[in-house]
Amino acid sequence: MEIGLAHYLTVAAILFTLGILGIFLNRKNVIIILMSVELMLLAVNINLVAFSVELGDMAGQVFAMLVLTVAAAEAAIGLAILVVYFRNRGSIAVEDINMMKG
Amino acid sequence: MILQTLAFYLFAAVLLASAVMVISARNPVHSVLFLILSFFNAAALFVLIGAEFLAMILVVVYVGAVAVLFLFVVMMLDINLTELRQGFLQYLPIGALVGLVLLLELLVVAGGWSFGPELSAAVQSPIPAIAERSNTAALGDVLYTRYAFLFQGAGIILLIAMIGAIVLTLRHRDIRRQRIGDQIARRPEDAIEIRKVRSGEGV
Repeated sequence: MEIGLAHYLTVAAILFTLGILGIFLNRKNVIIILMSVELMLLAVNINLVAFSVELGDMAGQVFAMLVLTVAAAEAAIGLAILVVYFRNRGSIAVEDINMMKG
Repeated sequence: MILQTLAFYLFAAVLLASAVMVISARNPVHSVLFLILSFFNAAALFVLIGAEFLAMILVVVYVGAVAVLFLFVVMMLDINLTELRQGFLQYLPIGALVGLVLLLELLVVAGGWSFGPELSAAVQSPIPAIAERSNTAALGDVLYTRYAFLFQGAGIILLIAMIGAIVLTLRHRDIRRQRIGDQIARRPEDAIEIRKVRSGEGV
């Protein structure tokens, strides 16, 4: 059976769903939520590259590289915010992030 | 061709299994290690489909930088492991329901479409044949010409992220910090002194 676009799209869809599931399940741990976001961005990248190769257009791979850049920046800023937050509260649970609710 | 099929299924299976372990591992350090494994397998999938440069970038950027950053933060924060697992089963039904619905929708979308006939004419920067131009060179050809501004924008985003991370985590020892306890404990008697001043005599 030929491996085609549909195979890659299916893998990416399952990976994206796993990322969303991780956000739902790990409400006590922001680090795992950040990792789930990384998984979702990886699924998006797989989609972009698969379409790029299928259509023979290089733009998809350029876009995948830009997504990679933004994901790296997001991880750096997210982890920095997490470190500052942990210094202030001593916890990384999502439910504790309610200091600004007024 | 059969080898390619087998390799695809192997890498995809390991990718999805390690993604499951990322979100369900008991220890965050194990989660990060499984994240590294899943990135390696995604890079292998990229190699299989013919995007070698992105595969190498994925290994270098994600495994070399982002995953190590995650590992650093996980080990730096002194978190209570047993507390982290609370609520996992509580959110499992709703999470599984939402995930299932989303997955079915995505699969329906993935199975129910076709390329438009005018799409092949709309290709802006076609991929040259692999025999005459390698993937890295072909990517560079369009990245530094057609998408030069996007490339510079990506660089600016990385610069801002670097400055932002430093600004957020930098700690001055002698800085004046807000002490909420002191502010709340402050009373009018401590702050204001009322004196009777007779006219013509001064304080």
